[in-house]
Amino acid sequence: MSEAAVEKALDQKMNTVPLKMIGKDVSVYYGEKRALFDVNLNIRENTVTALIGPSGCGKSTFLRTLNRMNDTIENCRVTGRITLDEDDIYDPSIDVVELRARVGMVFQKPNPFPKSIYENVSYGPRIHGLARTKADFDEIVETSLQKAGLWNEVKDRLQEPGTGLSGGQQQRLCIARAVAVSPEVILMDEPCSALDPIATAKVEELIHELRANFTIVIVTHSMQQAARVSQRTAMFHLGNLVEENDTDKMFTNPDDQRTQDYIMGRFG
Amino acid sequence: MTDVASPTVRVSTRPAESRRDIGIKRRYAAERRFRAYGISAIVIGLFFLAVLVWSVVSKGYTAFQQTTITLPIEFSEKVIDPKNERATDTKQLMTANYPVLVRDALVKQLGIDPKKRPLVKQANDMVSDSVRTQLRDIVVADPSVIGKTIPVTLLADANIDSAFKGQIDLKVEESKRKVKDQQVAWMNQLAEAGVLKKSFNTGIFAFGASSRPEAAGVGVALVGSAYMMLIVLVLSLPIGVAASIYLEEFAPKNRLTDLIEVNINNLAAVPSIVYGLLGLAVFVNFAGMPRSAALVGGFVLTLMTLPTIIIATRAALKAVPPSIRSAALGLGASRMQTIFHHVLPLAMPGILTGTIIGLAHALGETAPLLLIGMVAFVVDYPGSPLEPSTALPVQIYMWANEAERAFVERTSGAIIILLIFLVIMNLGAILLRRRFERRW
Repeated sequence: MSEAAVEKALDQKMNTVPLKMIGKDVSVYYGEKRALFDVNLNIRENTVTALIGPSGCGKSTFLRTLNRMNDTIENCRVTGRITLDEDDIYDPSIDVVELRARVGMVFQKPNPFPKSIYENVSYGPRIHGLARTKADFDEIVETSLQKAGLWNEVKDRLQEPGTGLSGGQQQRLCIARAVAVSPEVILMDEPCSALDPIATAKVEELIHELRANFTIVIVTHSMQQAARVSQRTAMFHLGNLVEENDTDKMFTNPDDQRTQDYIMGRFG
Repeated sequence: MTDVASPTVRVSTRPAESRRDIGIKRRYAAERRFRAYGISAIVIGLFFLAVLVWSVVSKGYTAFQQTTITLPIEFSEKVIDPKNERATDTKQLMTANYPVLVRDALVKQLGIDPKKRPLVKQANDMVSDSVRTQLRDIVVADPSVIGKTIPVTLLADANIDSAFKGQIDLKVEESKRKVKDQQVAWMNQLAEAGVLKKSFNTGIFAFGASSRPEAAGVGVALVGSAYMMLIVLVLSLPIGVAASIYLEEFAPKNRLTDLIEVNINNLAAVPSIVYGLLGLAVFVNFAGMPRSAALVGGFVLTLMTLPTIIIATRAALKAVPPSIRSAALGLGASRMQTIFHHVLPLAMPGILTGTIIGLAHALGETAPLLLIGMVAFVVDYPGSPLEPSTALPVQIYMWANEAERAFVERTSGAIIILLIFLVIMNLGAILLRRRFERRW
């Protein structure tokens, strides 16, 4: 199949899915060093998009541009344009606090606050004023923990510290915490790299379920995980976007030789 | 079977590789040596600590006992108010010759002929001169005692106090010591009668400065120190924490903030007397604040404590894992919310420990206070931080300069009091730390 034909087939398959976020010519500089080179990558709604590539290829950097977490790094500069539902998220009129409420994030290492499970989940809704009464908070906490598949495990010990949970539970608590704010997009930066296979399986299952309500972007080092959880995959290499494709196609018949090599384990 | 057996055979037939000589014995010996150094360092430290505590306590514990003489005092109207003017002249009760009452009571108690002047004088020397104010206070508080006879517990003179505690060598020739044989005899006579005895010295905690050791105490100095600690805490904690949060969380890293950081670290090492000079120049001479006032002392100590608190607070803030910050920021918390909801509570134990250690440091500081005039002879309790006052370590310094035997034990006694306060503060730091850490 020629490249053009592939594009066409692809468009036909995916064009019904609206675009949630559009990244156009995104470049990131850390001081003098350039970490991303004019990346054009679109995130489709209610889709899991996996970002893969060798270490230092810029996939996490790209992920962090999507909710402006790079702002917290000194000397970091982002050029290009990223939109979320038509809003340019780097526009000065956009409030970064509001943006991060719409684009939540789950980190590599589970990082629950050293507070109770209840407080961990209710913190986001509290600072964003999503609930007023105790009953509202209780409800948000319960539904969020249910969405994260953690409710049955912790419902009897909501007042116990979140840091006392196991690693996998902590990560699902972090997902519940992100979900509690009702974001539109959830960014996950290698969410399973610190977890054992069983906890990983649970988180992956959770990602499947969350896809119904949220748009998910996940950075992962595991090819199998990308293949299992995502519908779209983007391959980064040395700060460039090498290829973006349907996951099925990416893992069976990638367009780019580098993708092929990386997936086959020839480098990276 | 052969598959399993053959590798075993192959391994066993291979000649043992000669190991590189890595000097295992030497390594262990070095480790043992290093441990021995550490243990001996600790032993030396503990030894000197023990010597310090022993020397202070052995000299000072007697300061917490005071010899007193309980005598039935006849508040004779003839002595206090011979012309019966007290209703019209308020000065009369203030200026009456109260020591005479004590002398008469003592002479009666000892059975001395009142006409033998030298003997009466010797007897009178056995009680403290402070009886004048003591009796005056009783009469002024309740003039109805005039004409009655009431038993009053009086302070013994410092020399009798020392003699009674066995601190004066009675083998020394009588003319070369301050306590005469006759007085010692009387002292023993009174002690046998149960009139003269040792009791717990509340005065050392209550009295102010006095040239009479038996009437000198650290009470006034304690109040001065308390004022200063309060000022230091109220000023340095918010200023220090605010400065640290700004420098650690908000300030851009550039040459200016680097310069500020270097300066803060240097300020922590500036000798405290320099802060005293600064306080003298700025607060007293330029701003015209009163000399010897606890307010100025508090300001100077605040300046001295700030670098300590800032350094401790910054270290505590730095120790909060960045993942907590990312978590809060990722949820859409503002920087302020991130700091006040998450970072600061986690840094609190470190901040409080730093603050209390800074305060303890300030409590024991003497040199800057000397320069701003707090080395003052303050008899009365300061009613406000603006009134002349002195501080506990300054009181120790002043007593250490006194020549009298009785001041030696009081100096050590005051050091014990200061050390107790320091220990309490450090314990407080440890407890606070535990309490906050145990939360999660």
